[in-house]
Amino acid sequence: MKKNLRQKIVIIIGVLLVFLYGAFFGFDTPRFGGDQPMINQLTQHIHLGLDLQGGVHLILKVQVKEAVGTETDNTVARIEQDLKTAKLTFSQVYKPDPTNNPQSIRIEGITSTQSSAVSSLLDSKYSNEYDISGGGNDNSLAVTMKPNIEKALDDKTVQNTIEVIRDRVDTLGVSEPVIQQYGLGDNQILVELPGISDLDRVKTLIQSTARLEIHAVVGGPYPDEQAALASVGGNLPTDEELVHGSGSMATGSDVDSVYVLQRVAIVAGTDFRSADPGTDSNTGQRTVHFTLTNEAGDKFYEYTSANVGHSMAVVLGGRVKEVANIESAIRDSGEIRGSFSQDEVAILSKMLSTGALPATLNYLEDRTVGASLGSDSIKQGVTAAVVGVLLVMVFMLIYYRGSGINADLALFLNLVILLGFMGFSGATLTLPGIAGVILTIGMGVDSNVLIFERIREEVRAGKAPSAAVDQGFAHAWTTIVDTHVTTIVSALILIIVGNGPVRGFAVTLTFGLLANLFTAVYVSRVIFDTHVNNLKPGELVSI
Amino acid sequence: MEFFRSVSVDWLGKKWYFLAFSLIFSVSGIISMAMHWKTIGSPVPLGVDFRGGTEVQVKFSQPPDISKIRAAVEAAGIHDAKIQNYNGSASDEVLISLPEQRNESALDTGRQVVVTALREHYGNPFADSDVKVDVVGPTVGRQLEVKAIEATLLSLAGMLVYLWFRFQLIYGVAAVVACFHDTLITLGFFSLTSQEISLTVIAAILTLVGYSMNDTIVVFDRIRENLRMSRRESLPDVVNRSINQTLSRTVLTSGLTFLTVLSLFVFGGPVLRGFSFALVVGILIGTYSSIAIAAPMLVAWQQWRAGSGGAAVLPAAKRSKV
Repeated sequence: MKKNLRQKIVIIIGVLLVFLYGAFFGFDTPRFGGDQPMINQLTQHIHLGLDLQGGVHLILKVQVKEAVGTETDNTVARIEQDLKTAKLTFSQVYKPDPTNNPQSIRIEGITSTQSSAVSSLLDSKYSNEYDISGGGNDNSLAVTMKPNIEKALDDKTVQNTIEVIRDRVDTLGVSEPVIQQYGLGDNQILVELPGISDLDRVKTLIQSTARLEIHAVVGGPYPDEQAALASVGGNLPTDEELVHGSGSMATGSDVDSVYVLQRVAIVAGTDFRSADPGTDSNTGQRTVHFTLTNEAGDKFYEYTSANVGHSMAVVLGGRVKEVANIESAIRDSGEIRGSFSQDEVAILSKMLSTGALPATLNYLEDRTVGASLGSDSIKQGVTAAVVGVLLVMVFMLIYYRGSGINADLALFLNLVILLGFMGFSGATLTLPGIAGVILTIGMGVDSNVLIFERIREEVRAGKAPSAAVDQGFAHAWTTIVDTHVTTIVSALILIIVGNGPVRGFAVTLTFGLLANLFTAVYVSRVIFDTHVNNLKPGELVSI
Repeated sequence: MEFFRSVSVDWLGKKWYFLAFSLIFSVSGIISMAMHWKTIGSPVPLGVDFRGGTEVQVKFSQPPDISKIRAAVEAAGIHDAKIQNYNGSASDEVLISLPEQRNESALDTGRQVVVTALREHYGNPFADSDVKVDVVGPTVGRQLEVKAIEATLLSLAGMLVYLWFRFQLIYGVAAVVACFHDTLITLGFFSLTSQEISLTVIAAILTLVGYSMNDTIVVFDRIRENLRMSRRESLPDVVNRSINQTLSRTVLTSGLTFLTVLSLFVFGGPVLRGFSFALVVGILIGTYSSIAIAAPMLVAWQQWRAGSGGAAVLPAAKRSKV
């Protein structure tokens, strides 16, 4: 019996040391001394949530329809090219509803004799990705992107966006940023940046779509949208669009004009291989020197040689930045002069080298906690925890006398194990998490009370000390299991459903309850057994 | 020291008092929630997590003047902002709430406008690190509402199944009814005191469901044990005895947990106030419901079964395996 006890005590001390280690060092190698006091080591492995250390939390929704739209724009251009090359007549290839249904393309004006030729040409080239239907009496065909291809494109867009955001956020130098897909299938991304307080800077960095595009100019500049519409007879054809901007250096940099541009860009987005800031040697103005990929270079060369004397507009982030006359064919590099700010140029260069955002982002949720408000919360939470723990400990000593020490030791061990769990698992401590710790203290004490009350009953019924302790534990065990399981069930549901801070609460509660199962039953038992062994004959359990 | 050495109270005899007490609180809670529904469209005031919108909390270096702040914000074009002191009227913190924004792409402008207006038109300085902003779009708010309700119902269902498995169906039903009662009264209190429900409050409610269940199980466990030991006592007597035997433990645990939660309520700061309020009310009601609602339900069921001609079977539990 005694040897058994000694073994158990060794096990308990072992557990204590393991979790102490975990709290301070987690899974890393230990470092003693150094320039940081040990208490700082403690907080290094237990990550503080955003509500405690301050930071930015964003939920973004990727407008995947835009990426689909870009893809189908390219397909429209390719279909036109293919039909021209095959010398098949058509009146137009267009998207009837580009905003809401970017996946649908229509070809109209097909003569009935050529209709089957057109169908088979399209089938041979596009049937992997598109469904082709129609060919009835109305001389038109519908080409629609297949749903599974569209879904794959959506997913790829989200993944690409995540990569691009990750790259850009890197420049902020945030330690442990969180950038990941969020929610169930709604194209949402979660971005969490601890320690940053300047939300505006983060948003500019992330959201500048800076889609750099070059479009053919149909008309402009006009002073406003009405004048622009009037120039095309009041009805804007579906392959053209109105874009605001200030591309004319002569009228000064901030005058807003409206241009009528071709909707499909000549080169855009990923066609650009790089962009570097430069200065114009004559005017000292900021410029952007760009290069295109080989494929895009060919396309650009073709276009510019066929359109000498026409204008093209450089559009950045949906605004016209410069309008240039095509003086000669350009292949794959050039310089854009425009009214760029220094930030814009820097961002543009970074964007083009890390990749342009495939689609725009909408913010669904955005929360920032300033660092000093965060540390206020820590202070308050810790004060509450300390007061709570002291109250409980003192009460247990008064009410249960010697066994009160037992309970307090168990409580202390509970806290160490809890901190160790958190250190090992790298879990995040949030303000509700601190509340969870406090709650665990209150509920943890419950198991002790259950056992102690039972032991008191058995003692009152006249049982000898060791039998009383035995019976007390035996009867209390079922109840302890039942109560812990039910609370852990609610905590697990909270982990699934909750957001950051709430999840932190549920995690600390679960760890605390698990720790409690160990200390209340195993550790308490060992301490009681030791105490009972040391009792002189006739002495009663101190409870 | 011992509080309840040999208690012998006839709990079941007082069940009508308990019922009246519960009814008073439930009904006033329900009436208050109905009134809230008519005025603001939801039974309890919803925090920004659920209703969406923008909330800016700023800590100024000098005591803030609410009317000047309102003037500054209105000068920037925002007219229906709600501005109030945060964390007590003596503190330097102010909470500015803007209404729900339907257009997700314009979601952030409110925040920018408020912060700029405060910097430019209202001279009281504050740093970026003294600002806390919550901007929640309508989609997220709605999603969260649905999730929160799902989570609560799922929790209750899970526990019903667990109790059915460990005891008998009627035990599970009685326990779940008690938890429902607790949730209803706690929400009623929020409605009566016009406090906001945020996601952390939902966490507190789920915790109190777990806690109330805890408490009920302790009593049921003792009833099951006593039923096994003595087949000759009537059910009401067994139930009364069980409650009396566990009273010491119940009061102690509730008392201690209540103390820790009270410490949270007093010292924990404004962020946790809703959370700790829910727990303060919840722990008291949770303890009460095990004695006043769950136990009498067991007896009532038995009596109803006996009265309607079914065999007078004591709802003795299945043999426990542990």
